[in-house]
Amino acid sequence: MTATDDVAALEAELPLEALPLDAWHRAKGARMVGFAGYHMPIQYEGIMAEHSWTREHAGLFDVSHMGQLTFSDETGGASVDAALETLLPSDIKGLKPFRQRYSMLLDAEGGILDDLMVSRPGDGAFEGAAIYMVVNGATKYDDIGWMIEHLSDDVTMNHMADQALLALQGPEAGEAMAALIPETADLIFMQSGLFTWRGVPLWISRSGYTGEDGFEISVPGDSVALLADALCALPQVKPIGLGARDSLRLEAGLPLYGHDLSPAVSTIGADLGFAIQKRRREEGGFIGHARVMKELAEGPGSKRVGLKIEGRLPAREGAQIYAGDVLVGEVTSGGFAPSVGAPIAMGWVSLPYSALDTALEIEVRGKRIAAAVAPMPFVPHRYRRKA
Amino acid sequence: MSRYFTDEHEWIDVAGDIATVGITDYAQEQLGDIVFVELPAEGTTFEKGDDAAVVESVKAASDVYAPISGEVVEANGALEDEPALVNSDAEEDGWFFKLRIADASELEGLMNEAAYKKFVASL
Repeated sequence: MTATDDVAALEAELPLEALPLDAWHRAKGARMVGFAGYHMPIQYEGIMAEHSWTREHAGLFDVSHMGQLTFSDETGGASVDAALETLLPSDIKGLKPFRQRYSMLLDAEGGILDDLMVSRPGDGAFEGAAIYMVVNGATKYDDIGWMIEHLSDDVTMNHMADQALLALQGPEAGEAMAALIPETADLIFMQSGLFTWRGVPLWISRSGYTGEDGFEISVPGDSVALLADALCALPQVKPIGLGARDSLRLEAGLPLYGHDLSPAVSTIGADLGFAIQKRRREEGGFIGHARVMKELAEGPGSKRVGLKIEGRLPAREGAQIYAGDVLVGEVTSGGFAPSVGAPIAMGWVSLPYSALDTALEIEVRGKRIAAAVAPMPFVPHRYRRKA
Repeated sequence: MSRYFTDEHEWIDVAGDIATVGITDYAQEQLGDIVFVELPAEGTTFEKGDDAAVVESVKAASDVYAPISGEVVEANGALEDEPALVNSDAEEDGWFFKLRIADASELEGLMNEAAYKKFVASL
């Protein structure tokens, strides 16, 4: 038996590093694989069971491989905001304390270098930094290099390499989080706060990447095992591996950087235009603006779409998409969707074939399987938008 | 009937000139939740080592090789409706296909159950 597209095989050139919860995962029976340069848990009891648990209860994910950055200046945040608005297409100046926004780094051609979350701390969190940012693990060192090159000298960027990050996701996440910290019950989607738990400062945002209600918790690496134990001691919570994280985010229609997003694709094509607020579209002043404006006016060459698939054979990343004899695109994420009970995929197709319900075919091992452009998310989002 | 094992984690039951092939319990455990099994058509002939079937788990697609040469005389249709049978009963009801053995001497290099257990313990 040989895995033909195991995540472990994609990495593996550099020696893998251990994250703060390494021993904790192993003690919980995790199967560890190489991912983004780290040993990470792909599963504990099994991907399907973990996926369903998260949709029904609450799952705890270790996402400490992600890069946590802060940005400070000596002008009360004005320099940071101005500098970041040259790099990010999103409205940073208008980001209020305790609010979070999805954004991305674009290159000069408007290609996507990474997608990320940017937040405005409050209550003196992160030593009074003006901005807190979370970037993808596999791209964090490239992101840091890009930002050092492009940020003005009056901005100080700090990579919090010793900070861990947990995600607690699922319909019972609110209940579980409140069992530890009752005040978190007041948070709504994309809102954050600084909390103290057993003397440990926690920056908690109501967000995540599964489509479910939940939280992301930034915690010092030396306290993360204590917090993970306290969460998993609750009846609602089980640890969940990377395998289920991937199937959950795919069902939620959320793109995964390095697969569905890359420097070869654009924000508008990726259907991520919501991250570029009106003022930024009009005023520009960020790297990649010309591509955004051109595609808003003329349409992108290709689009990221959801694909529903007939039958049970999964179409995976790299499978080519056809309309009759014409090659029109490629699957960028695909697999069996446990909550849908069928295979689903995300892919890029050229614009004329991107309308909902367009009938297409995907080639899997020389065979054509029937597919159609489908609305995303595949499973409805259940974010907590109101208190 | 004798049962043989390969270092690719397949088992082979031999009865007369027919070999029944499946993957081992260890293999299904490694693959995780199986959601699709692509089986060879009856009449297909394989040389030892050819790609014979594909197992799709939630996380990946994995090839299953023909452990010996032969012609497919039957594929396990039950796996089409219930691929998870490979997880629940890999070494009996979750069999993949039956081959008419082309060259019985190819069985000679394979492991018996005790040797396979030792092999798995060493992994």
